[in-house]
Amino acid sequence: MLTDLHKHLLNDFQRDFPLSPTPYRDIADTLGVTEAEVLAALAELNEQQYISRIGAVIPPNHIGASTLVAMAVPEAELQTVADQISAFPEVNHNYEREHRFNLWFVAVAATAQQLQNVIERIEQQTGYAALQLPLVDDFYIDLGFKLDWQHA
Amino acid sequence: MLDAKDFALLAQVADGLPLCPRPYAQIGMELGMDEAEVITRLAALKAQGLIKRLGVIVKHRPLGYRANAMVVWDVPDDLIKELGTYISRFSFVNLCYQRPRQPEWPYNLYCMIHGKDRATVLAQLEALNEASALADYDRQILFSRRCFKQRGAVYQRTAMSS
Repeated sequence: MLTDLHKHLLNDFQRDFPLSPTPYRDIADTLGVTEAEVLAALAELNEQQYISRIGAVIPPNHIGASTLVAMAVPEAELQTVADQISAFPEVNHNYEREHRFNLWFVAVAATAQQLQNVIERIEQQTGYAALQLPLVDDFYIDLGFKLDWQHA
Repeated sequence: MLDAKDFALLAQVADGLPLCPRPYAQIGMELGMDEAEVITRLAALKAQGLIKRLGVIVKHRPLGYRANAMVVWDVPDDLIKELGTYISRFSFVNLCYQRPRQPEWPYNLYCMIHGKDRATVLAQLEALNEASALADYDRQILFSRRCFKQRGAVYQRTAMSS
């Protein structure tokens, strides 16, 4: 079960995480708890898979090269192909979606050439063509994800 | 200009901050910087927009947001910036990108909508249609099923020196 502390940690610190030497103690002071309680609660959220990490969101293509990729994979092979693709360290998101193009993932590399090498290896290993859909423009200002506890 | 230390730092914080009392000092130890330098560089990277946000990155599904749709439209190129900027203001829109059309995939505007269930997401999409000219254009709604992998981008550090 999520405690009030968990909920505050999930909702209130998605952006502007303190850039002080002791960010967790600053958060603890804001919430009126101890630093140890904050660290323990964040570790619990991490273990229970409520958070992916405490970290930075970096806009695509500002450092390195990245692309969204779509693949059309027969249903019977989807799990196997998805696992092959997830095994690449260059792949960070990998989802099944309801469409003929049913596998969607994001691949990232240091250079455009390295990215193409990764895509080629993925195509060779899986035997399916990769439809590359790299970013052209980003209209979204990321302020985090507003959570609605009322209906959770 | 970014230097090799900035790239190394970006790679590290994209992957996550350690859960310990002095996380920036610990990152600094791994990268050969002191705590103050890590903090100064991170503040500069944020100010330059190379860190879009720094904080807790939640997973939507365990928190009850089980319906996630990627919606794509084929809109005229000369309207895409206006439409994309407009729909980005809706609180339920979580990402909004332009991507190139491909022969098998004639869509150029993408957004992500997270909701508690499918009906909510479809109602939200309807609200977008009513508030904008988007209903006029071809679109596809791709709800997600299985999530095979979700984590921060991993940039290969070896090739990052610039």
